[in-house]
Amino acid sequence: MEEINQNSQTSLDFNSEKFEPKDEVEIQQIIKYCFKKNLPIEIVGNQTKVDIGKKLQCAKTLDMSKFSGIIDYKPEELYITVKAGTPINIVREELKKNKQHLAFEPVNFSKLFKKDLNDGTIGGTLSCNFSGSRRFKVGSARDHILGFKGFNGKGEKIKSGGTVVKNVTGYDLSKLVTGSFGTLMVLSELTLKVLPLESETKTIIVSGLALEHALGVMGSAIASSNDTSGAVFYPENLRNNFVFNDLTHPGSITAIRVEGTKLSTDQRVSNLTKELVLEDKKLTILDSTQSEIFWEDTRSLKPLSNSDKNILRAVVPPSETVNLINRLKTFHPNYFLDWGGSLIWLELDYLSNQKIDQIRERILDSNGYLTVIKSPESVKLSSEIFTIDPIKFKISQNIKKSFDPKRIFNPGKMYTGI
Amino acid sequence: MSSLKMPKVDRQTLKNKDKIVRDITAFTKHENILSEAEELKPYETDGLAAYRQTPMLVVLPENTNEVSKILSYCNKNKIKVVPRGAGTGLAGSALPLADCILLGLGKFNKIKEIDYDNRCVVAQPGVTNLSITHAVQDKGFYYAPDPSSQMACSIGGNVAENSGGVHSLKYGTTTNNILGIEIVLMDGTITRIGGKVFDAPGYDLLGLITGSEGLLCVITEVTVKILKKPDTVKAILLGFPSIEDAGNSVMEIISNGIIPAGMEIMDKVLLEATNNFSKAGYPLEAEAMLIAELDGTKSEVEELIKKVAEICKKNKCSSVKISKSDQERAKFWSGRKAAFPACGEMAPDYYCVDGTIPRSKLAKVLREITKLSKKYKLPVANAFHAGDGNLHPIIMFDANDKISLEKTEKFGEDILKLCVKHGGVLSGEHGIGIEKRELMCEMFNNNDIQQQINIKNSLDPSSLLNPGKVYPILRKCAEEGRLHIHGRDKSKFSDIPRF
Repeated sequence: MEEINQNSQTSLDFNSEKFEPKDEVEIQQIIKYCFKKNLPIEIVGNQTKVDIGKKLQCAKTLDMSKFSGIIDYKPEELYITVKAGTPINIVREELKKNKQHLAFEPVNFSKLFKKDLNDGTIGGTLSCNFSGSRRFKVGSARDHILGFKGFNGKGEKIKSGGTVVKNVTGYDLSKLVTGSFGTLMVLSELTLKVLPLESETKTIIVSGLALEHALGVMGSAIASSNDTSGAVFYPENLRNNFVFNDLTHPGSITAIRVEGTKLSTDQRVSNLTKELVLEDKKLTILDSTQSEIFWEDTRSLKPLSNSDKNILRAVVPPSETVNLINRLKTFHPNYFLDWGGSLIWLELDYLSNQKIDQIRERILDSNGYLTVIKSPESVKLSSEIFTIDPIKFKISQNIKKSFDPKRIFNPGKMYTGI
Repeated sequence: MSSLKMPKVDRQTLKNKDKIVRDITAFTKHENILSEAEELKPYETDGLAAYRQTPMLVVLPENTNEVSKILSYCNKNKIKVVPRGAGTGLAGSALPLADCILLGLGKFNKIKEIDYDNRCVVAQPGVTNLSITHAVQDKGFYYAPDPSSQMACSIGGNVAENSGGVHSLKYGTTTNNILGIEIVLMDGTITRIGGKVFDAPGYDLLGLITGSEGLLCVITEVTVKILKKPDTVKAILLGFPSIEDAGNSVMEIISNGIIPAGMEIMDKVLLEATNNFSKAGYPLEAEAMLIAELDGTKSEVEELIKKVAEICKKNKCSSVKISKSDQERAKFWSGRKAAFPACGEMAPDYYCVDGTIPRSKLAKVLREITKLSKKYKLPVANAFHAGDGNLHPIIMFDANDKISLEKTEKFGEDILKLCVKHGGVLSGEHGIGIEKRELMCEMFNNNDIQQQINIKNSLDPSSLLNPGKVYPILRKCAEEGRLHIHGRDKSKFSDIPRF
């Protein structure tokens, strides 16, 4: 510690439990100090997703939320470089000025976890890799990170990638650090791909479909040439979460989104209505304004955010969804489907370790995976949060070691021993 | 082979060759093991034909268990293994080592499952890129990444190199279009990563392995996502009085929120050469030409084509031609796809460089390439995937003239350094392999490279899987070669398009 202080004239107080670095020099000093002293660090941003994963008890907290700001934004190059602690909403506002956006629609967990109504930081969003309804069209957060700078567990500054989309220059570490829940590196700068905002959004809502029929409609819509960018299903019991002037029909909601120019969206809505044989169904077409609200509510999991119940997230091949939902009925979950039926958000009154294991088993039978999003700490303590098998656990452990040999970054956040 | 340093040859392994053959016969049929000089000859190089090395053995396993047993055996006996798909790669990633077993995945050539319900195809790694599209096109589906060698290159090789193509700007590269892989690690461990679902939990091993050039594992199965073909596809051919005007048009098209499926720029040298070669009807009076392809619904494509034409007219475009049929669209592309053979007509040898730069730097970098062309007294023709900034300057030279060859290599290296200097990268889609290995320190410092090597060591501690590729052995920037093809007919796979 002493030598770090002497060499860099830092104002950091290394005895403090919480660090709020203002620049990369400080980030590096903190990590080097903790590496030397074998001190585990919990890395946090705005803490909107801090409840996902195991609860940590680290000697030090590295709060990146003050390490914020846009470094470089080139609308014509379709990229933005920001400091890791930059709030998502600041980035979204900046991009909107140039009619651009982060196309992967990061899931906003703040309502669910009763946090401030902000979206969290860019660093946190990338570290968790939870992406919204456009997933099947544009990819997830991991498909939108072009490059990064950050520090490994020894405090060495590492960069990877760049600002361009086409890049095969060494391993794609940008993908590896995305979704690693801060267990591999402390990210300092991130470069993200941005895309043009479409001028019009239209949402076809078919009311009153049964689950199986809804899945058929969503599957056919995605597999058509109409370039759909969202397909969700809300069962009847969640219907009342959506109040729109144009939406008068009762019953379940099957919603299909198309985005583009007015001419194009009109044509695609008309094509889809014919191709999916929806003419005689209870149809509502939401305009851009109403669509924006509908998809924003989906992005922030609004229908599941009104209670303190447990939340699980299952992903299965869409062809398995009906079977899985039927097999989960015994647990009486509330649920809704995103990603055309592949992503299932489950809400349960009561959750035990045994129940999680039973649900996980059914999901694995369906060739999918389970992530525990919200559950009592007592349950989380002895439950697997992220699905993993022993071989991939070993591979992950080796990779962890190559970045963070002393396991000082968020140890145990994802898996015990990693 | 040139003086490029490769890992030290293990003499003991070479001495044990006969025993190794006998041992491996326990894992796969005897006829799958090639050990005679004339059998090994076809495997001595990949698409980077300037570099040749006969492997100790070639083994052609037939299933994943065989791959696992062979790798486990090699791991225990410290025998190097170089995986190989179709061998069309242009960076030398599948170049054999003198003491290696070249593991050819050519017998993994079956499509295992077409799953329309989940919009994916499960294929063995030796299946060619194009045959995936062929397998699903009767139902109107296709596999989006389309490297120009797609009729020959394998899907396993595509994963290893993260192959792109003309349509990467809109549809992404391989990494954005695969859902799962089955892999075998160097110790013989078999595992599946991903499946038929997005974003498998845990570390993104799929993302790590895609583009890892065969250094981390052997890929034995790939699940790709398939897309429905767009309703309408049209191309527009635009002539410009200068490359700057063409480049500015590209920038303005994107700034207007239009993301075409593909955008290609050719300079005057190349547009004349390719037009002579394929009679594509290019505007010969122009100094540069832009081909833009737009897809979507009929009305959308018509609307966007009109907008693109307007933007280009504002940027002084001198001629506009819109495809009226799929045949005409194919004709527009025919010249572009003939870039290599057309250059082969103009000089005894040509050499293609692959780098990526920010789109806004196209005109500037091209001006500097022109200056370099004058400095080295070597003609150059330029092709760009302008939409995503991936450039492919083609240097023409005569390899019989030793000085010309040296100058060409230096010229290519200067171009790649230019790419990095202007905020770009060393490779857009060909990979690093051995070709650009020594240039890695232009982009990365010691820490960056060491972190990547640490990952390699964590999965392959004895560094037996494809050693000597991607990362500089001596960690210094040397001056080594790139793709060099001598004459049209002497190149490997000279009959497949390259760009």
